[in-house]
Amino acid sequence: MSEEFNDNKTVHAQSSETISGGGSGAAPDMDYVRPAEVPEQDLYHGHSFITKWIFCQDAKVIGVQYFLLATFTGIIGLILSWLMRLQLGFPGAAGFMTAEHYYQFVTMHGMIMVVYFLTALFLGGFGNYLIPLMVGARDMVFPYLNMVSFWMFFIAVLVLLSSFFVPGGPTGAGWTLYPPQTILEGTPGSGAGILLMCLSLILFVAGFTMGGLNYLITILQARTRGMTLMRMPLTVWGIFTATVLAMLAFPALLVGALMMSLDKVLGTSFFMPTILKAGEVLEYGGGSPILFQHLFWFFGHPEVYIVALPAFGIVSDLISVHSRKNIFGYRMMVWAIVGIGGLSFFVWAHHMYVSGMNPWFGFFFATTTLIIAVPTAMKVYNWILTLWKGNIRMNTVMLWCLGFIVTFVNGGITGIFLGNVSVDVPLSDTYFVIAHFHMVMGIAPLMVIMGAVYHWFPLVAGKFLDEKLGKWHFWLTFLGAYSIYFPMHYLGFIGVPRRYFEMYDSPYMTSAVGMNEFISTAAFIVGAAQFILIYNIIRTLKIGKPSGHNPWKACSLEWLTPTVPPEHGNWGDRLPVVHRWAYDYSVPGAKEDFIVQTTAPSEVANTDVEKT
Amino acid sequence: MHPGIIFFLVILGSVLFHIFTPWYWTDVASNWGGMDDTITLTFWIGGGVFIAVCLFMVYCVFKFSYKEERRAEYKPEDKKLEKILTWATTIGVVALLAPGLVIWNNYVNVPKNAIEVDVMAWQWGWQYRLPGKDGKLGTTQVVNINENNPFGINSDDPYGKDDVMIQSDVLNLENNKPVKILLRSVDVLHNWYVPQFRAKMDAVPGIVTYYWFEPNKVGEYEVLCVEYCGVGHYAMRGGVIVQNDQDYKNWLEQQETFSDLIAKQQNTEFDKKKLAKKIN
Repeated sequence: MSEEFNDNKTVHAQSSETISGGGSGAAPDMDYVRPAEVPEQDLYHGHSFITKWIFCQDAKVIGVQYFLLATFTGIIGLILSWLMRLQLGFPGAAGFMTAEHYYQFVTMHGMIMVVYFLTALFLGGFGNYLIPLMVGARDMVFPYLNMVSFWMFFIAVLVLLSSFFVPGGPTGAGWTLYPPQTILEGTPGSGAGILLMCLSLILFVAGFTMGGLNYLITILQARTRGMTLMRMPLTVWGIFTATVLAMLAFPALLVGALMMSLDKVLGTSFFMPTILKAGEVLEYGGGSPILFQHLFWFFGHPEVYIVALPAFGIVSDLISVHSRKNIFGYRMMVWAIVGIGGLSFFVWAHHMYVSGMNPWFGFFFATTTLIIAVPTAMKVYNWILTLWKGNIRMNTVMLWCLGFIVTFVNGGITGIFLGNVSVDVPLSDTYFVIAHFHMVMGIAPLMVIMGAVYHWFPLVAGKFLDEKLGKWHFWLTFLGAYSIYFPMHYLGFIGVPRRYFEMYDSPYMTSAVGMNEFISTAAFIVGAAQFILIYNIIRTLKIGKPSGHNPWKACSLEWLTPTVPPEHGNWGDRLPVVHRWAYDYSVPGAKEDFIVQTTAPSEVANTDVEKT
Repeated sequence: MHPGIIFFLVILGSVLFHIFTPWYWTDVASNWGGMDDTITLTFWIGGGVFIAVCLFMVYCVFKFSYKEERRAEYKPEDKKLEKILTWATTIGVVALLAPGLVIWNNYVNVPKNAIEVDVMAWQWGWQYRLPGKDGKLGTTQVVNINENNPFGINSDDPYGKDDVMIQSDVLNLENNKPVKILLRSVDVLHNWYVPQFRAKMDAVPGIVTYYWFEPNKVGEYEVLCVEYCGVGHYAMRGGVIVQNDQDYKNWLEQQETFSDLIAKQQNTEFDKKKLAKKIN
C-alpha cells in the first residue's frame, strides 16, 4: 500500500492545482481545500451486455436493479393487501379465501413490505444510486461486493416467493413470527413455509451486510475533497445512520431466524417450553417464547428507523430544494438523525408491554420511547420552518413532501399513545396499532419514495416525469391512504382486534362493518393508483421532455456530473472539489437563487453567505 | 384549486371526524377509567400539535408560493427558536408520560385483597380455576394435564385440593371486587381481553403472567383472544359475567372442586371394579 501512496501522481497534481488556482484569480487561500489522502479508485468497466446491465459493478445500475426488484416484490405485497381487504370488507366475496390463506397473506404482506420493499428500496435503491454521487465518489468502494449484495437479495426474494409453491404454502405466523405457534401445527406453513422464510431472511441479511459495508465505508472514506461530514446532504446522513442501525440490528434477526430453524429441524428448545398439543406433551422443554420477541424487536424497532431515517434525510433535501431555501437548522437535523438512531436501540420492548415480560420494564421503555419524541418533533418543526419565508414550488415533488408531513405527524402522534405504556394496554393488538404503523412507516415513507422518484427521475433518465399524471397519482394516493388509515384508528377504540379473519358477530363491533367496506374500497383505489406511476415512467421514457443539467437548480453534487444521466465513474476526468454545504439557496447578493457545492468562495466573494 | 385548500380540508375533516365519530370506546366497566382519561389528554395535546403543525404548513404553502421575482429568506439557524421548541416539546412529553407511568404503577401493583383466578388457554379455548376456602391456588404442571386433571394440578399440593374448577368458558366475577388474572397457556401465545375492562396481558406457555382489574358494572361481557395463536385465533372467544355478591355466591356454591372431581372419578373406578367382579 505505501508504495502506491508515494508514487501516485494524481494526488500531487490535484493538490498543487488547487493551491495555486481554482477561483477566478481572486485570493487563493480562501479557496484552499485539503488535498486528497488516497489515490483514486480503479474501476472495472464492463463491456458486454451481461457485465454492464446484469452482473454489473456500477452502483447506479445496482441501485436501479434494487429499485426494480424491490418494486416488484412491493407489487406482490400490494396484491396481497388487496386480498386481505377483500376478506375484511366483503367477507366471502373471494370464494377461495380460507383462514389459512388469510393469515398467509397477512404474514407475507407484512414481511415483504417492511424488509423486501421498504428497506431494500431505501438503502439498496436510493443508497446505491445517491451515495457515490452525493459525496463525490466515482463508485462504491467495493464494487464487486456491491454486485454480490444485489444478487444475494435476488436469491432471497426467490426463496421467499418459492414458499408460495411448497406443500403447506408460505408461513402464516404473522410477520413477527412469534414462536411457539410459528413452528407448530395449527399455523399455516409451519413446515417448509417457515424454514424458507428463515432462510430467505438469513440470505437477505448476509446480502445486506455486503451492501451496508459499502455504504458506510464509501461515506466515511471516499468523500471527495472538501466534502466534510457536516457538508453532506441530509439524504446521506439519513442513509448512513440507517445503515449503522441495520448493521447492528439485523444480526439479532439473523440469530433469531437461525435458532428458530434449529427448534424446528433439530428439535432444540431455544424458544419452546413444555407444550401440550392435541392431548400429547411434545418433546420440547425449558425454552422461552419471550426470548424470541426480544431478539425480534431488538431488530424490529431499529428497523422502523432503518426505513424512517433515509426518508427523513431525503424529504429534508426535497423540501429544501423546492422551497429554494436552506434546510432550517441543519446541525440540529444531523444530530437529531444520529440521536434518534442511537435511542432506537433502547426502546424495543415498547412492542412488548403486554407480552408477559417483567412488567417493571414498562417504566424504562415508556420513558426512552417518549424521549425519542423530542428529536423527532424537532425534525418536524425544522421541515415546516424551512417552508416559512421560502419560495415554494407547488410541483408534484413538493406535494409528496407535504403529504409526508401530514401523515408523519399524524402517525407520530399516535405513536405517543402507544409508547406511553398504560395507554398502550387497551390499544395494543387492536386496529389502532395497524393504523398507526401503516401511517407512520408505511404511508409516510412511501410519500417520500414517490417524491424522490419524481425528483431524481430527471437525473436517472434525463427526462421529466409528467406533472399532470403525477398530481393525479399524488392526490389519489394521499387522500385515499389517509381515508384508509385515519378512520381505522377508531376501529381500535371500539376494541376490534388485529389478525382476525372475520369478527363482526360481537354486538359492539357491528358498527365496524360499514367502515370496513369503506376502507377496503379506498384500498382498492389507492393500490390501483400506483399503476399511474408505472404508466408515467414508461410514457416518459418514450416521449418525455428532456430535462438537461440540474433542472431543479439544486446545490448538491449529484446534479453536477458532466453527463446526464451520469456515466460509469460519474465525474469524467476530474473529481469535483467541494467548498460549501448542499444548501446555499437564496443567498443575499448572489446572482442566482442557488450556489452549487463546487462554487469556490472567491467566485461569490461579495455575497452574505455563511461559512459552512 | 390551490393544493393548500385540500390540505386544509383534510385537517378540518379529521377534526370533525373525531368530534362526530360514532365509533368510539365502549363504556368502561372496570377501574381503568384512568386509561381513557390519559387517552383523552393525549388527544388534546397530540391533536393540538397535529393541528398546529399542519395549519402552519398550510399557511406557508399559501403565503410563500413560488414567485419568480421573490427570494426566499436566508437564515441557516435560529438557536433561540430551536431551544424554545425543544423545551416546549419536552414539557409536553413529560405532561403525557407522567400520568401514563402513574397508571402503570397501579397496573403492576396488585391490591392485597385481589382474588386470584387461574385462566388457562389452549388452541382454541379458555378454562378457569378459582382458589377454594384456603384462598390459595394449587401449583400446576403441564405434564399433569389429562382428562381427570384438566388443570394439571400437582396432586401432592394441599392447596390444590379445594380449588374450584369451572366447567365452562364463561367466568363469573363479583362486582367491585379486585381480581388478579393469572394467565398461562399450554401451547402457544394467547391474550385474555375484555374490551370494556381495558386491561390485557399475553398468556405465555412456560410462565405465569398476570394483570388485575376491578369490574364495576354488572353485566355480561365477551372475552376475545388478542394475541395471534393460529388459524382459530379469530374464533377463540369466552365470556365474563359480572354479578352482585349474592348472585355470585349462589353461582360459586354450584361449582365443583378438585377433590369433588377426584372423588367422583374414584367412585366411577370403584363401580367399575365392582361391576367387573360381578361379571366374573
